[in-house]
Amino acid sequence: MGERREGGEGLIFSIQNVFLLLVLGVLWVAFHLLTLGQAGHFLSPQNLWNLSVQTSVVSILVGGMVLVIVARQIDLSVGSLLGFTGMVMALLQAVPPLGHGWPWPLALLIGVILGGGAGLLQGYLVAYLGAPSFIVTMAGLLVFRNAAYLIAEGKTIGPLQEGFLVLGGGLQGAIGPFWSWVVTGLAWVYTLGRVWWGRRSRLQHGLPVRPLWVDAFFSLLLTAIFGGFLWVMNSFPHPTTGQGRGIPVPVLLAITVLLSLHWLSQRTRFGRYVYAIGGNPEAAMLAGIPVRQVQVLVFGLMGLLAGLAGAVQAARLAFVPTGMGTLLELYVIAAAVVGGTSLAGGSGTILGAALGALIMSSLQSGLVLIGVPTEWQNLILGVVLVLAAVWNARFHRRRS
Amino acid sequence: MSLPLLRAENISLRFGGLKALDQVTFDLHAGEVHSLVGHNGAGKSTFIRVLSGVYQPEEGRILVRVGDALREVRFGSPRDAQRYGIETIHQNLALADNLDTVANVFLGRERVRFGTLDEESMESEARRVLERVGARIPVLRVPIHQLSGGQRQSVAIGRALLFQARILIMDEPTAALGPGETARVKDLIRALRGEGLGIVLISHDLHDVLDLSDRITVMKGGRVVGTVRAEESDQEELLSMILTGEKRKGTV
Repeated sequence: MGERREGGEGLIFSIQNVFLLLVLGVLWVAFHLLTLGQAGHFLSPQNLWNLSVQTSVVSILVGGMVLVIVARQIDLSVGSLLGFTGMVMALLQAVPPLGHGWPWPLALLIGVILGGGAGLLQGYLVAYLGAPSFIVTMAGLLVFRNAAYLIAEGKTIGPLQEGFLVLGGGLQGAIGPFWSWVVTGLAWVYTLGRVWWGRRSRLQHGLPVRPLWVDAFFSLLLTAIFGGFLWVMNSFPHPTTGQGRGIPVPVLLAITVLLSLHWLSQRTRFGRYVYAIGGNPEAAMLAGIPVRQVQVLVFGLMGLLAGLAGAVQAARLAFVPTGMGTLLELYVIAAAVVGGTSLAGGSGTILGAALGALIMSSLQSGLVLIGVPTEWQNLILGVVLVLAAVWNARFHRRRS
Repeated sequence: MSLPLLRAENISLRFGGLKALDQVTFDLHAGEVHSLVGHNGAGKSTFIRVLSGVYQPEEGRILVRVGDALREVRFGSPRDAQRYGIETIHQNLALADNLDTVANVFLGRERVRFGTLDEESMESEARRVLERVGARIPVLRVPIHQLSGGQRQSVAIGRALLFQARILIMDEPTAALGPGETARVKDLIRALRGEGLGIVLISHDLHDVLDLSDRITVMKGGRVVGTVRAEESDQEELLSMILTGEKRKGTV
């Protein structure tokens, strides 16, 4: 092995994630060029704003799915669980005998807890009773989907309360230009602070640090990305006030979830254990890691996120149909795989999966914009998924 | 003779109908290398898994020296054994290939500050312990599947020596290594014995075993055939004990 510069905690972006960022960039430019001749350009604030909202539900789920897959499991129930929890939240707010006039925050809380509980139960069945997660969560897919149908008696439930709809990013569902500036400012301060503190701490411990220009370059890149994001969000005007809309609430929620999961996966014992279990379950057990508990918690976390995503999806639709979230688990798994998560377990990053989700929804949105029929869209998404899986397999072949 | 560091008395363990361990008695002193030899399936690895807290014996007891007395202990998990200074290097090294060197060295015993992993402190500590075992790993922050067999062995040894180990259990530590690396591991075993550690060694290489050990215990079919002093024994005697399951000469 040659004398390579040591990366401290690893680069903010791994090589793989830089590649995904490039793919995304190429995709965006290509779609922009293809839509130049028509009214709605791909790289217009309006389209990017909508794209961000469309990506939020999958983004909330994909980080949890990465941890599930890294731990060598799978969760096929997320789409159904999302539909079920969304339906419960809708019924609690909107259907008279059950809970008319229930404050929506209470409905939200119950929905999220219900999702977490369902996840923990599935995790228990997998970790302690030894049932394969593919089967357990496939059963979950059937159970939750039909439970949603039964409790709603086959009807579409709504309308949801005004306050709840904020979660969906509709007309009232964005935080406005001022708070968008505040959020972006905090992100700038945090990023630069993290890089600076990281360097300082490593120097204090006498450890090698990245070359200054690398840190500077990535700090600058992140700062620019945040700035571009802020500009786009504030450039899409609200139809009545004419002011910029700012960051949509579901997008803010998704970003918060993703950053929390990134921190959880990279900077905590729990995250370390998830990766260790995925890399070598026997070694994890011999090292005294509570393997089963960690597995249960991973499924619990996934369920919790399904509840949260259920709220966002319900709020986006304002009326909850019994089929809400059907097939969504497949989009989430696809986003994770495109984002570099290996189904063999042990490898995959939250940030990569977030980029994967963005790539998949950009593809879909771009294809819609240039007028490709739905059948062709899905066919192309399938081909991209296979390409990503093949790429991952080649990328990971060096391991064995 | 002084008190042993560790004594296992009449340990028995069944897997289903199979008697994996049958009344195994074994002890280990400070500054001693005590080897276990025998065919595959003789019960060596099962026995050290009892000593390291992975398996719980059905009969018998384990005593560990604490201060000037032997104390009976029950290990519910590997962590319990580690608390008494018993560290184990398993045959397959038990490393997570997808994690980097620092993460593997501290696996299961990570240092945490304010709820987050204290990576800097762990990395400098890992550096220190790897230097002690003479490891040559230029980059600590790449997944260890990129390391050589010898480097991975160093990670496993460094991991075992991280916390004031008093007893080191090594299951086939040189099986996957080339001659140069094997010699280094042997030097390290001698050095650690010189520092007063008690070492339990499992190896198929009788030449190495005779070379390194103070005492050698032969197992067959889950039972102890006998224990001999290395300086009073030879390959012929060991082979005969391994094959026949019977002792020829006097024992210690």
